[in-house]
Amino acid sequence: MALSEKEVRYVAELAHLKLTEAEVRRFMPQLDSILEYVAKLNELDLGGVEPMAQVLAEGPAGFALRPDASRPMFTPEVALANAPEPGPGFFKVPRVIEKE
Amino acid sequence: MDLTALNLAEIRDVVRRKAASAEEVALAHLERINRDDPRVRAFLTLSPERALEQAARVDRAVASGEPLGPLAGVPVAVKDVILTRGVRTTCASRILEHYIPPYDATAVQRLEAAGACILGKTNCDEFAMGSSTENSGFFPTRNPHDVDRVPGGSSGGSAAAVAANLATVALGSDTGGSIRQPAALCGVTGMMGTYGRVSRFGLVAFASSLDHIGPFGRSVRDLAAVLQSIAGRDPSDSTSAEVPVPDYESEIEGSVAGLRVGVPREYFAGLLAEIGDPIQRGIDLLKRIGCEIVPVSLPHTDYAIACYYIIATAEASSNLARYDGVRYGLRAAEYSDLRDMYESTRDAGFGAEVKRRIMLGTYALSSGYYEAYYLKAQRVRSLLAGDFSEAFKTVDVIVTPTSPVPAFRIGERTEDPLQMYLADIYTVTASLSGIPGISVPCGKTKGDAARGVPPLPVGMQFLARHFDEARLLRAAYAFEKAGGFTGA
Repeated sequence: MALSEKEVRYVAELAHLKLTEAEVRRFMPQLDSILEYVAKLNELDLGGVEPMAQVLAEGPAGFALRPDASRPMFTPEVALANAPEPGPGFFKVPRVIEKE
Repeated sequence: MDLTALNLAEIRDVVRRKAASAEEVALAHLERINRDDPRVRAFLTLSPERALEQAARVDRAVASGEPLGPLAGVPVAVKDVILTRGVRTTCASRILEHYIPPYDATAVQRLEAAGACILGKTNCDEFAMGSSTENSGFFPTRNPHDVDRVPGGSSGGSAAAVAANLATVALGSDTGGSIRQPAALCGVTGMMGTYGRVSRFGLVAFASSLDHIGPFGRSVRDLAAVLQSIAGRDPSDSTSAEVPVPDYESEIEGSVAGLRVGVPREYFAGLLAEIGDPIQRGIDLLKRIGCEIVPVSLPHTDYAIACYYIIATAEASSNLARYDGVRYGLRAAEYSDLRDMYESTRDAGFGAEVKRRIMLGTYALSSGYYEAYYLKAQRVRSLLAGDFSEAFKTVDVIVTPTSPVPAFRIGERTEDPLQMYLADIYTVTASLSGIPGISVPCGKTKGDAARGVPPLPVGMQFLARHFDEARLLRAAYAFEKAGGFTGA
């Protein structure tokens, strides 16, 4: 396993992370040694072993579902109270569609 | 009477008998926090108004002879990954430094409904990612037994608060050991229930198939009382189980004679004597009180850390995608366009460990690697859960050390993330399998006076079958009572 700098930058891009030069240099060997360690899973014969996609779901049939009915939720003011840049009834973001 | 030294049952009794008011109890703790927390640094935010309002409510009920809740007047600290309406909740991250939740977590709601007084929010590793509380975006918490050492993590602030008598009990969260390990390192009790036993509604998500909320206390009875109040189905958390909640506090009293206690050999290979010796004395004690000690094998233990760090980071990379500077939390001061706004915000708001885990998880889920990492880890997870199912065919509970090391020095392990991950070896297996676990104090290390190393707390971990918390608590309680290992 040898993680390339290109791969590190590609993964950072996927994760919406802007890594500095120093971070790339620091993370590369650290991630590499972790990946090298987790490769030990390859020692196991996993033929016929089902992936554990759900831990537990204990209860009578359908217990995890709720009626599809409206219920009281936050007012727009409450929902926007923590927004870095709230507008009246919406969140403001930088322009994504250019004006012609 | 030092009200801060009392355990939960004693506080409850004092308030009921009117030997002290709930207000006096809350104030005694707030004063103690003022005095001692500058040294321990367990808290990120205090909520004295909320605690005193609740105490006044309890005192009015006492005065008018109304029925009191089971936690009436009990001071609680809450880990800062659990939402508290109107009280800042940061996840110990700069990205949520000023976040004020608009609602309470179900566990918080249930604690207050039972009469508990919430003193404040405790420090932890950022987004609960770490084993030492050094990854807090604000400051490290210190171990009350030796302030140059870590309290463990990620719920280090909650463990330290209970150990230093700053709160009677506390809530933490446990994803791979984040309650049990700091409980062991701080010499207190800590518990993770079965996956689904306690609602996670209002717990900020780290790894959804592994996250739990659970209690810290200074005795096993404290854990039973808090679990009683927070356990049970919650329609707001679809993963919370529809399984009846027994009366834990009365269940713990039963006998443990003839209880079959499994000791997994894989957990003792290469164990340091400073941990192994007290644990062996603990096992001998269980034998003396009538338990039958049975060697068992959990053959895939060696693969648990690799499995855990793939699954936990993959889920984290997905859960933490929501921090984008749009709806809440930090937004970077300067950016060129939308994409740059996301990246600059996340760059400024997340610490190194969180970035590392997001990177690892994103890599494990990325095109071409999904089968090699995530899917493979899920298959290994089946094997690990199968190890426990097999062992529990012959034993009722399993005991292990909680942590392979006692509290280490602050700064000692921060540069090698893999070494830090390996310290979770004894706790991640239960997390991956969804079974419940408790850490109970089990004596101390010898220490080394010549080198300035004090004796440090050691924790014994008890594990049980899914939803068998009553038996788990009973075994841990009998152990605690017989050994006098209670407290620090």
